[in-house]
Amino acid sequence: MSESHGGYYLPQPSYWPLVGSVGLFLALGGFAHFLVDHGSPLWMISGFVILAIMMFGWFGTVIHESGSGAYNAQVDRSFRMGMAWFIFSEVMFFAAFFGALFYMRIFAEPWLGGASNNFFTHQWLYPDYVAHWPSNGPGTVGGKFGQMPAWGLPAINTLILLSSGVTVTWAHWGLKKNNRGQLILGLFMTVALGALFVGLQAFEYHHAYTELNLKLSTGAYGSTFFMLTGFHGLHVTIGAIMLLVVLLRSVKGHFSPHHHFAFEAAAWYWHFVDVVWLGLFIFVYWLA
Amino acid sequence: MSTTMTHDAGHHEEHPTGIKRWLFTTNHKDIGTLYLWFSFTMFLIGGTFALVIRAELFEPGLQIVNPQFFNMMTTMHGLVMIFGAIMPGFVGLANWQIPLMVGAPDMALPRMNNWSFWLLPFAATMLVAPMFMGAHFMDGNGPWFGWTFYAPLSLQYNHLAYFVFAIHLLGISSIMGAINIIATILNMRAPGMTLMKMPLFVWTWLITAFLLIAVMPVLAGCVTMLLTDKYFGTSFFNAAGGGDPVLFQHVFWFFGHPEVYIMILPAFGIVSQIIPTFARKKLFGYSSMVYATASIAFLSFIVWAHHMFTVGMPVAGELFFMYATVLIAVPTGVKVFNWVATMWRGSMTFEPPMLWAISFVFLFTIGGLSGIMLAVVPADVQYQDTYFVVAHFHYVLVTGALFGIIGAVYYWLPKWTGNMYSDKLAKWHFWLSLVSVNLTFFPMHFTGLAGMPRRYADYPLEFTRFNQWSSVGAFIFGFSQLLLLILVIKCIRGGQKATSEVWEGAEGLEWTVPSPAPYHTFAIAPEVK
Amino acid sequence: MSVSNYKKTARRLLGAALLLGSGQALAERFNFQPPVTPVAHDIYGLHMMTFWICVAIAIVVFGAMFYSIFKHRKSQGAVAANFHENTKLEVLWTIVPFVILVVVAIPATKTLLYLENTSDAALTVKVTGIQWKWKYEYVDHDNNDANNVSFISTILPDQIAASSSGNSARIDKLNTPEHPYLLTVDHDLVLPINERIRFLVTGNDVIHSFFIPQFGIKKDAIPGYVNETWAEIQKPGVYYGQCAELCGKDHAFMPIVVRAVSKADFAAWMTKKKAEAVKAAEEASSNKVWKLADLIKKGNEIYHGKGGCFGCHGANGLGGGPFPALKGSKVATGPVAKHLHTVIFGVAGTPMQAFGKQLNNLELAAVITYERNAWGNNTGDAVQPKDVAAARKAP
Ligand code: HEA
Ligand code: HEA
Ligand code: HEC
Ligand code: CUA
Ligand SMILES: [Cu+2]
Repeated sequence: MSESHGGYYLPQPSYWPLVGSVGLFLALGGFAHFLVDHGSPLWMISGFVILAIMMFGWFGTVIHESGSGAYNAQVDRSFRMGMAWFIFSEVMFFAAFFGALFYMRIFAEPWLGGASNNFFTHQWLYPDYVAHWPSNGPGTVGGKFGQMPAWGLPAINTLILLSSGVTVTWAHWGLKKNNRGQLILGLFMTVALGALFVGLQAFEYHHAYTELNLKLSTGAYGSTFFMLTGFHGLHVTIGAIMLLVVLLRSVKGHFSPHHHFAFEAAAWYWHFVDVVWLGLFIFVYWLA
Repeated sequence: MSTTMTHDAGHHEEHPTGIKRWLFTTNHKDIGTLYLWFSFTMFLIGGTFALVIRAELFEPGLQIVNPQFFNMMTTMHGLVMIFGAIMPGFVGLANWQIPLMVGAPDMALPRMNNWSFWLLPFAATMLVAPMFMGAHFMDGNGPWFGWTFYAPLSLQYNHLAYFVFAIHLLGISSIMGAINIIATILNMRAPGMTLMKMPLFVWTWLITAFLLIAVMPVLAGCVTMLLTDKYFGTSFFNAAGGGDPVLFQHVFWFFGHPEVYIMILPAFGIVSQIIPTFARKKLFGYSSMVYATASIAFLSFIVWAHHMFTVGMPVAGELFFMYATVLIAVPTGVKVFNWVATMWRGSMTFEPPMLWAISFVFLFTIGGLSGIMLAVVPADVQYQDTYFVVAHFHYVLVTGALFGIIGAVYYWLPKWTGNMYSDKLAKWHFWLSLVSVNLTFFPMHFTGLAGMPRRYADYPLEFTRFNQWSSVGAFIFGFSQLLLLILVIKCIRGGQKATSEVWEGAEGLEWTVPSPAPYHTFAIAPEVK
Repeated sequence: MSVSNYKKTARRLLGAALLLGSGQALAERFNFQPPVTPVAHDIYGLHMMTFWICVAIAIVVFGAMFYSIFKHRKSQGAVAANFHENTKLEVLWTIVPFVILVVVAIPATKTLLYLENTSDAALTVKVTGIQWKWKYEYVDHDNNDANNVSFISTILPDQIAASSSGNSARIDKLNTPEHPYLLTVDHDLVLPINERIRFLVTGNDVIHSFFIPQFGIKKDAIPGYVNETWAEIQKPGVYYGQCAELCGKDHAFMPIVVRAVSKADFAAWMTKKKAEAVKAAEEASSNKVWKLADLIKKGNEIYHGKGGCFGCHGANGLGGGPFPALKGSKVATGPVAKHLHTVIFGVAGTPMQAFGKQLNNLELAAVITYERNAWGNNTGDAVQPKDVAAARKAP
């Protein structure tokens, strides 16, 4: 089935991309239908199911091709570049939200309090407002709320993520030494730490909602806090799923010390998620 | 650049036929073709919207549509042209040409390439679907808040979620396309093709792809914040909650300004291919072209707030963004001067691609110079949101980006189809377009200076005259584009056979393969010396 | 183009020839409208300077290009030269544009600093952009709201009617030098000449932009923030502006009309306005019970005028697109309390504004009564100002 051109593997026509397009269309269109028209969520769900099927099919094909030795080093390099630039795009996605956070803290808040060229903004619209952070604005949108302290759960979560970075590297060493036990154990610990992280974060959210009255709708602070940590949490979940798949594939013995792009891609992603968390910890929790 | 290459046509020629060929294809040429047809279709749709605008503005009073519908036309025109016509047009050219120009057998990630394309029709469907979602079509239920969808105006839109997700789909498609292009250029070059030997079209696309990956996710973040502000109670753009409507504009233009260079850099590359060919002289200042492109890309990240000189930024901010913006004239000037210097003492002929390239240099420069006028803050206070801005950006977009794409089609069409096209039809198309495009957009400078705000469904009588010129020009220009359609179809169906080289002065790997370029090329990498 | 259009064009060309230089609004112009403030003059100069610099650059670049196109063509027997680099030249054409830009930047910076300095104002006017009208408040120096004169300025309904008729004869007839088409409002913004006037600009719902070309000002009206700009009008006269930021359906129909008068005339106008305001306030707060017919009559005026309700809900109450019909609407025919609440507090997240901030109790009572009794909404309810007063306090 493989068609090799001067060494570079060119795949046969494939229906998976089209399936993916249909899936994404249904997932997002269905979500919009749900939000706008309060329609049935079934459209959206079916979209995600199709997407999941597409991933299985597509990655299954890739794994099969890879296993049959169709990919040379150049193909491998293409995959690596693809993953690296994809991660860069993710970095920029987070940059938009960090940008919003910095803008609100450094500019919008002081301006609402009368700084810079906003003397009249303050005097006329919000005479009683004193700029501060964390804040839900002059309208105290969402009501009084409590701040999320840095040195409780978040600090523990930082430790968890940092150690998971270590375990995944340790697993990589194992893979390179062809020590499958170390590989599997390392991966297992990483996935477990990731799951623990997500669990603790869910706990933290619960605490925020029920005890601190800190919600997504709590003005600027709530918006930035939940959007940043939420998208991060989502990425941790995705990364953990990727690692879980890699773990299962390791158990099946898919990887060789020299040929394990999937492992590396997941590991890079994991490190990226790690670094984003450090940014979050510093700017969302610590310096709040 | 001389090459040794072996080409084994025949053996790899089998490919699926019928609809399946196009739906499932992983071939860069097929995908390039799909992109180009998609782009042209969207161009006609977006152009039809423009014609509704121009017909309505032919004289004062609302003869055809109501204001709500008019706003929808403006919005959909801008969105469809930018995301549907220009960007996919360039990606289509990249798909066809980059593997041919760097000596690669295909794009680096062919399956993902298919996905990048096939997301587009779905995204376009999601974008236009709300137009048909209300009780009456003429009510204007589609997006009506300008292609810039400023908050809080867009937050008043009932069907906002569809719009947001359409942008997400477009973004995913663009990002995947850009990743593919970068990987192809960095990883798939034929031996000997060092970075500084790459054709400029390849260079400009490399930099464009980088811009895409850097800013499309920011756009995604921007629409996501809109989504949560509308449906989940966040306060990003709400002052009462500590947000700021202007924050929206910062995020949007952080994407938006690099976006306009995304739409011009590949055109720079095309012109840099065409002019040397027909001047029969090497491109002047190759390396300074590369550095200038990179400088433009770099500067494009620090000028975004020149779209926001009237929002009440602190003066220091206005000054910074003015200085940074005018600086772009320097590297862009380098490019313009290099093109002129390439023509200088060449041995020029004026086949259709050259005609488009020369008018590109001429008219893009006019648009660039009005850009410099816009960048001067106190003067921009007068120009901002008037037709002067509309004139500026149509000079850079229509006679810039669009002319670039059309020039590229004329340049490479024989390579794609294997046939030469009708010279006569091409000349008619060119001259009609050239005259009418100026008739359309030049008077807009005057309507703008006189003070006519943009996005206006109706206007005071003093602006009538220039609007009438614009409207007449727009219809001529629009219908002239049908000549291109006819020409392309005729060329696909037959005509005088094209040689491998096609153009006398053409240089580069794409001219070493037969015309039409076989389904698979460079199965064995050529050696570039 | 119809015959009348040709005639119109001919007339206009004639007019243009006659009025050349006199700054009349109907003259066709290729450039800015004549400036009437110091800032606008500076901007005009700056604009012309950059324009001529651009023209000069264009002449040089295009001159070289066309020379080459004519001389260095194959059909003229030109043979291609071999050069493709010249460091000196390249350095030159990097530095020269840079120098030109510095030359532009210096006066631009000066003008900008001048333009953005809003201090020392003799008079402050707060301008609020509302979908699709402007609210003006003359703010006293003592910042005591009670002494402020304020009013809402809306385009006249006959303008909108003519516009949507699409009938050019009708439009031509409506258009007079005193009341130019689309530039005619119910209440002009009256300002004194030769005084520094500070405008504080803000938005109520979405972003609008306060744009008066002849003053050289354009400032966005951002909801939740107040922006500043200023003008010192040098000549009495009527000056026109328009909203310059897309703000929804009737973006093209929220003009700005400034009547600049002498200081004495301004003071007299102010006194009159203050007296009117006091009277209106008294009337609105009195406990007088109004007759249904009187309320409907007054409400009709407000619906089609000051309130601007017709702009969204239509002259015949049928609405359209995202705007609900009031004819037969559940709110306008159901319980009064809900109707009061909708109009006084608006509907958050929609263009339906909190009219409690724009209209007084009597006006609100009238317009609500009107809506409940027009277009076949025969509720017979007469809502009184005191009902409105009570509803304002309701949670
Ligand atoms: C392809 C798209 C494209 C390109 C290439 C450009 C190029 C430039 N643009 Fe344009 N622009 C748009 C698309 C583009 N723009 C769009 C779509 C909008 C409106 C968006 C909206 O609101 O909807 C816009 C709006 C816009 C504004 C905001 C106007 C307003 O809303 O008030 C400004 C302000 O600074 C601006 C400036 C510039 C400048 C300085 C350049 C420069 O890059 C131009 C540089 C080129 C030259 C200067 C000519 C060649 C140089 C020489 C010959 C050298 C010598 C020259 C000098 C020394 C001056 N543009
Ligand atoms: C890259 C992009 C691009 C291109 C190519 C164009 C092309 C054109 N544009 Fe526009 N334009 C924008 C990008 C572009 N534009 C943007 C970004 C805006 C801002 C939007 C906003 O404010 O939000 C804008 C806004 C804009 C306005 C201002 C609207 C307003 O402020 O209300 C106007 C007004 O005249 C206009 C006109 C035109 C015209 C006449 C063309 C012509 O070149 C079009 C040529 C016409 C055709 C190509 C039609 C061909 C079709 C047929 C002949 C019919 C055949 C039909 C079938 C087969 C189905 N454009
Ligand atoms: C800028 C546009 C706009 C203007 C001006 C406007 N409205 Fe509305 N109005 C709306 C919109 C939009 C709604 C629908 C709100 C919603 O989604 O519930 C609405 C709803 C209403 C309703 C409830 C109708 C129903 O059946 O739900 C009433 C009553 C009403 N408006 C009265 C008025 C009055 C009185 C005025 C003038 C004083 C006015 N409106 C001016 C946009 C406007
Ligand atoms: Cu108000 Cu446009
Ligand atoms: Cu820009």
